[in-house]
Amino acid sequence: MTDQIVEKNVANRAATGALAMRLTKKVVRELFLRVGVLPFFLLATLVVFTATAHQFLTLDNFINVARQSVYLVLVSLGQMLVLITGGFDLSVGTAIALTSVVSATVMVTLSAALPGWVAVILIGGAAAGFGTAFVVGALNGFGVSRFGVSPFIMTLGAQSVGSGIALFITGGVPVGGLPYEFSDFFGFGRLLGVPVPVLFAVIAIAAMWLLMNRTKFGAHAYAVGGNPKAAQLSGVDITKILFYAYAICALLASVAGILLTARVESGETNLGGTIALESIAACVIAGVSLKGGIGRVESVVLGAFFIVLLQNGMNIAQIGSYMQMVLLGTLLILAVIFDHFRYRLLVGER
Amino acid sequence: MSTATYPLIEMTAISKVFPGVKALDDVDFRLERREVHVLFGENGAGKSTLISILAGVQRPTSGRILMDGKEISIGSVEEAANLGIGTVFQEFSLVPTLTVYENLYLGREITHGLFTDHRAMLKGARTLFAELGFDIEVTRRVVSLSRAEQQMVEIAKAFLNDLSVLILDEPTASLTEKETQKLFAFIRRAQARGVGIIYISHRIHEFSAIADRITILRDGKWVATVPVKGTPEGALVELMTGRAIDKIYPDIARNPGGKTVLEIRNLHAWGVMGVDIDVRAGEILGVAGLVGSGKSRTWRTVMGLQPATAGTVRLNGEDVTNAPTRKLLDDGVFYLPPDRKAEGLVLSATTAANLQLSLLPRPEVTSRFGFVAGRSSRSLAETIASQVEIATGHIDRVVSRLSGGNQQKVLFGKALCVERDIYIFDEPTVGVDMGTRTELYRLIKTIAETGKAVVVISSDLPEVMHLAHRLVVFSKGRIAAELQGDEISEEAVLGHFFAEVKVPA
Repeated sequence: MTDQIVEKNVANRAATGALAMRLTKKVVRELFLRVGVLPFFLLATLVVFTATAHQFLTLDNFINVARQSVYLVLVSLGQMLVLITGGFDLSVGTAIALTSVVSATVMVTLSAALPGWVAVILIGGAAAGFGTAFVVGALNGFGVSRFGVSPFIMTLGAQSVGSGIALFITGGVPVGGLPYEFSDFFGFGRLLGVPVPVLFAVIAIAAMWLLMNRTKFGAHAYAVGGNPKAAQLSGVDITKILFYAYAICALLASVAGILLTARVESGETNLGGTIALESIAACVIAGVSLKGGIGRVESVVLGAFFIVLLQNGMNIAQIGSYMQMVLLGTLLILAVIFDHFRYRLLVGER
Repeated sequence: MSTATYPLIEMTAISKVFPGVKALDDVDFRLERREVHVLFGENGAGKSTLISILAGVQRPTSGRILMDGKEISIGSVEEAANLGIGTVFQEFSLVPTLTVYENLYLGREITHGLFTDHRAMLKGARTLFAELGFDIEVTRRVVSLSRAEQQMVEIAKAFLNDLSVLILDEPTASLTEKETQKLFAFIRRAQARGVGIIYISHRIHEFSAIADRITILRDGKWVATVPVKGTPEGALVELMTGRAIDKIYPDIARNPGGKTVLEIRNLHAWGVMGVDIDVRAGEILGVAGLVGSGKSRTWRTVMGLQPATAGTVRLNGEDVTNAPTRKLLDDGVFYLPPDRKAEGLVLSATTAANLQLSLLPRPEVTSRFGFVAGRSSRSLAETIASQVEIATGHIDRVVSRLSGGNQQKVLFGKALCVERDIYIFDEPTVGVDMGTRTELYRLIKTIAETGKAVVVISSDLPEVMHLAHRLVVFSKGRIAAELQGDEISEEAVLGHFFAEVKVPA
């Protein structure tokens, strides 16, 4: 009698176990299809670093990571837009370096010419930085949209041109002597208790969300990446969309450039050296398809956060920066492979 | 003056010249209100060019277009839409990653100031679909729809604007019989609303059910405009081809009892769900079926271009399932891919270079140590070019600058470079003019009559029906029927296109 009950219990438990397994499998599959690899990578990171480094899973650390991820979030948002149109931008690092060097140089010059005119100096410096980045973005957009240069070559070329110019301007030496107010506000300032860089990121996230989900431009960008021919036949101006995509990407990178310059308190040519790779990784891990047409703003924000969290975790766990490079590159490649599977599952799902 | 006295659309003396090709030559076309007007002609006759001019995709080189008696110029798809001209292209212009309603409103989103109004678009889409009688949830992604459903979305897209002209390019090519009837009912409703419909189709037997008049084009020229009533189908075919059917297709002698060269057993792969075929020497095996029926994928699987998940392929008795393509080629299979530009030819190389590439396996061309004898390969290439009737002047011309017909001849030339046991031709005459086609058919005849095994896969039903000694019809990844000799008829073949093949459990 008791044996029977035990047996039944065992059988029941096995059945519930099997059911739970099936459910988990289903949930995992759904999650993978909807958001991609990000939740799994995020979970793995949390588990690994919580186990290996006890300072990792603390509120302080997470706030810290959130603040550090501002710059990558900004750049990744631009990168996402370009990826959605079916291209990519390798020159985001250059946009940051140029912004940094040009805005710093202009501010230093203006400070000497108009001492005391703080507002003019700051606005002039920032505007010069934006302007330069816009030129980079516009060139990319022009080359890709008008002349059909492959995004890879166009932005790779722009990357070289831009960093060459940045080095030429500075001779490789950091531009110091920035106005105190600049770093005080853009780098370390707070508005209503919120750090200024975070504020910029929040505004950019909201603006990009609206742009992608609630404007014609956004709808057209998705369409251009999803099927350019169809978009054209539906009356979408592909040239215009591509041009603006690269321009907006460069401008978002430029904002990150200003904020980073303020943070390090000098104009530097080596700012943003690894950000092209990191931003593409953030996007792809967040489910933005390299084939274009797929990608969500909210996921990309989380993707950028993940990359910074991972770097933070590795720092706490005292993994050297060389090994970090190895790991990041590997993750990017893995994410692309998973993206390929996901795309096939999505398209094959009838 | 009342507009009713003018035809809805009047195109006069339309010409369109592409570099090296005159796609349209002085063509006239008139469409009346409430008329279903069929455009009929072969691939490359100019139908697509004519409608793409009307749809705003291309501009005519010369000629005038009048709408309701007023001259119009259609510079873009958008302008065409604003004029009330809607087009459903054969290749769908849908974005697979977007939802149905987003596709519907793509390029003309409803906006409130800066922002798009998704609620209004959803509502508009639902209303339109209900009005048209299409039962599709508009929040689904297009990628998840069937071909027929995608076509409904295309049609709905055309109807979003106030429509006076609806252009349908091969709308029934991928529809089942039931879906076709639904489409016809819909066309009649649109007609009753005063819409003029231009209907491109190859399916002659559909015309009496749906059309009023037929305009026939051939080689870019207007041939005739005839009423459907009182024009027999045979007459239409003669108008289309410019010759009687029996003059186009050669009589090909069959060598009965040839040995089985290729044996496919229970083959499974992507889009292929259990296929058995024997290919025998000395006969032509025709393969028919719709796009996606597995008729092409089966042979791609055989060639090692996509993996087989189950089943076997034997070539001359040897198991070559999932063997690399290289091995199949070495062991005596020739495969002519359906897309000559993407898979068949090196477009940036000359005719001679393309042929010489296929001549490399010949011992007199490549020596034992891998050195290539340029002179003998060149003279062989010239011989082959003359065999497939490529003009001498074209031998050193870059292939991308040749016409489609000549490109296809180069592709056939590659078939003659090395002798094989079995020749698989996938869409051997796609986009090729009538004159070249008869030449290509003669080449196929020669190959078959020298005792080789030949497979002809084609979406061109008359072609595959007339060439084949034995015809297999594919439907949904399986073979729905195998027909021989006199059993091969259009009704028999079409009847099996949509067959649900029962699988034994």
